[in-house]
Order: sequence, then structure tokens, then C-alpha cells
Amino acid sequence: MIRSGRDFWTGLIYIFFGAAAILIARDYGTGTAVKMGPAYFPTILGGLLLVIGAVSMIRSFIVAGAPISAFTFKGLFLITFPVLLFGFIVHGAGLVIALPLLIILSAAASIHFRWRATLIMTIVLTVFCVVVFLKGLGIPLPIIGSWFGG
Amino acid sequence: MELLGHLLLGLQTAASLANLFYCFIGVFLGTAIGVLPGLGPTATIAMLLPVTFVLQPVTALIMLAGIYYGSQYGGSTTSILVNLPGEAASVVTTLDGYQMAKQGRAGAALAASALGSFFAGTVATLLIAGFGPPLASVALKFGPAEFFSLMVLGLVASVVLAQGSLLHAIGMVVLGLLLGLIGTDVNSGTQRFTFGVYELADGIGFVTVAMGMFGLGEIIRNLENEEGRSVMVTKITGLWPTREDFKRMVAPILRGTAIGSVLGILPGSGSILGSFAAYAVEKKVSKNRAEFGKGAIEGVAAPESANNAGAQTSFIPLLTLGIPSNPVSALMVGAMIVHGIQPGPSVITEQPALFWGMIVSMWIGNLFLVVLNYPLIGMWVRMIMIPYQFLYPGILVFCAIGVFSLNNATFDVYFMGLFGVLGYIFSKLGCEAAPMLLAFILGPLMEEYLRRAMLLSRGNPWVFIQRPISATLLALAVLAMCSVLIPAFSKTREEAFVEGSG
Repeated sequence: MIRSGRDFWTGLIYIFFGAAAILIARDYGTGTAVKMGPAYFPTILGGLLLVIGAVSMIRSFIVAGAPISAFTFKGLFLITFPVLLFGFIVHGAGLVIALPLLIILSAAASIHFRWRATLIMTIVLTVFCVVVFLKGLGIPLPIIGSWFGG
Repeated sequence: MELLGHLLLGLQTAASLANLFYCFIGVFLGTAIGVLPGLGPTATIAMLLPVTFVLQPVTALIMLAGIYYGSQYGGSTTSILVNLPGEAASVVTTLDGYQMAKQGRAGAALAASALGSFFAGTVATLLIAGFGPPLASVALKFGPAEFFSLMVLGLVASVVLAQGSLLHAIGMVVLGLLLGLIGTDVNSGTQRFTFGVYELADGIGFVTVAMGMFGLGEIIRNLENEEGRSVMVTKITGLWPTREDFKRMVAPILRGTAIGSVLGILPGSGSILGSFAAYAVEKKVSKNRAEFGKGAIEGVAAPESANNAGAQTSFIPLLTLGIPSNPVSALMVGAMIVHGIQPGPSVITEQPALFWGMIVSMWIGNLFLVVLNYPLIGMWVRMIMIPYQFLYPGILVFCAIGVFSLNNATFDVYFMGLFGVLGYIFSKLGCEAAPMLLAFILGPLMEEYLRRAMLLSRGNPWVFIQRPISATLLALAVLAMCSVLIPAFSKTREEAFVEGSG
């Protein structure tokens, strides 16, 4: 029986990263202590992380810990997805589409979401970004993307 | 007299029009960020870093430092007026500050905070000026073994002061070190952990990690409990403290400054520990200890002085040793590297204008804070009222465009999203991100020093305890780690965090 969810899942994540580091580093040269190869330090760290993860997992079966509070999947999705989408479409669609999508989708994550206020905010922020970042700081992003002939 | 000459050089640098301007902008933005709920200095500095890359190195660092101590200051304002600490370091200020505000003495509390901070800032600036150069000259004798041990000490300190399980904090450090190694190995040219992805050849940018974990992760977390966010602002009356208030302020300010300055220098602590310690001490020694928690001005003056002193003196290890002591100075190390400055003891001798300019600008920045905040208090109050739902989409937009502008690559945007998810998951599991970010930046440096130390010692691992300075540093690290296991300390550690998260 798992008595501490935090210990269990943290341990699992550490074991995953530790094991991955060691396995992947096997392809690089280890070298010697005097002349360390590219795999030397990562292997030590991976081993350390593996041990820490294992101890944490063992502890999760022995010592009871604070439970993990509920995840907000809505928040997680509506914050992460719009950001990824922004990266994906910004060159093709351009800022005038990518930014409003990012703003409206992420604003929908809030329980206080209102269309009117969000639309006003979208217009203000988009204009601000185009003026400051594109015209002012010269960041190379298109206002209208290549999909629309921009 | 040498010191005077140095400060004069610093004044010449800091008082240039551009530097004054960006110092002001930094302090102003910092205060705004400290006031706005749910936006911390780490995320903000990460967001604004790309903007500072176009500036001169001195100017950029002056502005970043301004954001840091400005945010400490803004955090106190919200602690007093709305019982919402903008920063972890100003949590204790809420205890008596908000009580004072409820009794109609908000003005006196704000004045105690402002005067205390200014005094502490002045003392801490002099401390940096006085202790920086001798410390750096000691550090100049450091070999790779000493630097490696110093980094171990810094990381251990960040672990000891992290919230939650000690074991998990150590894991976060190791994970951070590992993630820092992604990219091309300097010695052999091997691509490590890049999975053949071309964009990873230079490693993951520290700004990307910081924005993801501290920016995005924080937003998702804040969306969990939105209902609890109603803001009640007390009316500000009694803008001037009475003569009695002034009298009661003096000793706590002096004690708070001393405690904050000392604790700020410790790697890993920054200003948080100082404010808690100063409040605890004041509660024990004050004549008016019965009033604590019910609006004692001492309970505002002492922690406020301490957190500002600590925020300043935490620059000592950064500027003299090149070792960051908290996520904010870790970002500044990153910024220095981007500007082609190798942080470390040689900065003072090789870039005296930068070093002294930054120190003097800190004092000027503190002056700005006092002058700026009193008349602008009404504006800050209105800023507190901005509902979070209008704030975070804007933060996301700035993060997305900011992270893109680093390399003009959408790749960084994806990675920021990834680290946002990771940051959120880790915060749910009670693992703090700060030690990880610190380790992430130190990772490649640490490997390099380890390699060199082992090369020089011909593979003898005992070199780290055979060299006296290195041995001392490691002993300190062991001591710090053991202190957590001592029941009395670990109890106060937990209590401090319980108060901190409350």
C-alpha cells in the first residue's frame, strides 16, 4: 500500500530521469577519473538520482505523508496548450491570429471568464505587442503569416 | 581612502543618464511586480531578460538588480495594506503590518517599512563595498577544487532552505544538474542527451526553464483556488508616524539590519531567512512583546529592514565568487554569461566600473524606492485591485514572445510549455523549483571544475578534503545538512514554512 503519494510519484520521476541518464550516457565515453569522458559526470548524477528515487519510493510504503491535492486539468490544459499552439502557428498564421488565440483560450481557464472583458483585453494586448515587440524591439515575427500571404 | 575612490568610480558609472534611467525603470517595474499578486521576481526577471540583452552589461545588471529589490519592497506594501504578501520574504510583515493598517495606522507601518528598508539598504551597500574586494582576493586563490566545493555548499544551502522533504530537494538539485548538462560537451564535443535535435546542441536556455517553471507553473497553480482571491484594501490614514513610533523603530531597524545582512550572505538563503529570524528575535527582546501580532511597529520595522539588507548582501557571493545564492541571482549569473562576463572574483579587478557601478546603483535604487513609493502609494493600491484573470493572459503573452526572442526560435516556446507542466507537477508533489534552477545553471560549471580538479590531482578524489579551503567549505556543507537533522532546527524550519505558506 502506498502511504505517501508525494514520495511515490516523486520517486518514480527521479528513477525515470536517473535511469534514462545512465542508459543514454552509455553511448558516450566514460573516460577515467583523471580524464573524464562525456559520460562520467552524468552517470554519477544519474546513479545518485536513481538512489534518491528508490529511497523515496521505499519510504512511500512505510511513512505516511501529506496527500496530493487535486490537479486542475482545465488550468493545466488551457495554459499549456495555447502556448504550444502559439509556437506552432505564429509563423504561419501571424501574430494577429496567434496572439488572440493564446489570450482567449488561456483566459477561458479562469472561473471569472467573461467574453466582453476578454475581447477588450485581447485587442489592447495584441496592439500593444505588435507596436512594442515588432515595431519597437524588432522581433522577427510576422503580423500576418505566410498562410495568408503575409 | 581606496574605498572612496572606488565608490567615486561607481558613482560615475551609476549616475550616467542611461543607468539612472534603467535603474529607475527596474525599481519601478520591480515594485509593480511585487505589488501584483501571483507574479514573483524570478518569473519577471526571466521575462525581462531578453529585453536587457540589448543593453550595455552594466546597465542590464543595474536594471535587473533594481527589479529584484524593488519587488521585495512592493511585496511589503501589499503585506501591510491587503494582508497579501507579494513575496515570501514579506510574509512576516503581514502579521503586524496588516493589524496596524486595520487600526488606521497604515501610514506609520509603510513609513517603518520604507525607512527601515532604506537604512538597511545603505548599510548593506557599504558592507558589499567593504567586504567584496577582500573576499574576492581570497577567492582569486581558489583552484578548481575550491570552486567545486563552494558550489556544493551553495547547492546544499539551497536544499536546506527549500520547503518540503529534504530528500526531494536533493533530488531536484541532482535533476537540475543533469538537465544543465544537455547539449554539447565542451571537452569532447559530444552531443549529450540531445536526441539528435539540432536546437538542443547549445543546451536548454535557463530563461526557458525559469519562465516555464516559475511563470507558467505558477499561473496554473494560481488557477486552482481563484475563489479565495478577494482583495480588501484598508484605507490609508495617518501617513506620518508619530514621535513615539520613531523612537520605537530605531532599535528594531538596527537589529533587523544586522541579522538580515549576515543571513543574506549565506549562500542559498537570500532575504527570506533574515526576515523570519529578525521577527523572532524582536519578539523575544522587545519591551512591547505583548503587542506583537496586534500591530506592533517593531514587528514591521525589524523584518522589513532584514529582508532588504538580505536582498542586498545576497549579491556578495554573486559578485565576489560568482556563486548565485537564490534563483534571482542565478538568473543574473546567466545574464552575465550572455553579456560575455564570467562571474567570479576577477570581475572586481577586470571590470571595476561594472562592479562599483552596480553597488552604487543599489543605493540610488533604494533612494528611488523611498522617494517613489510614498507619493505613488495610491497607484500601487489601485494596482493591487487588478483581478488576476486580467493579469495572467498578459503574463503568458509576454512569456511566449519573450522566450521566442531569445533565439528567434519557436522551439523555445515548446520547451517553455514543457517546463510549465513539469513545474506544476513538481509543485503538486511538494518539490520546490528554486534549487533545481540553481543547479541547472551551475551544472556545466560544476562538471568543468570537477574535471579540472581531478586532472590536477591526477585522479585523487581526496584532493577536495586535502586542500584546507575546500575542506572547510565541504565541512560547512555537511554541517548545514546535519543542522536539518537536529530536531530543534528542523522544527523551526517547519514552523517558518508553515507561517510562510499561511
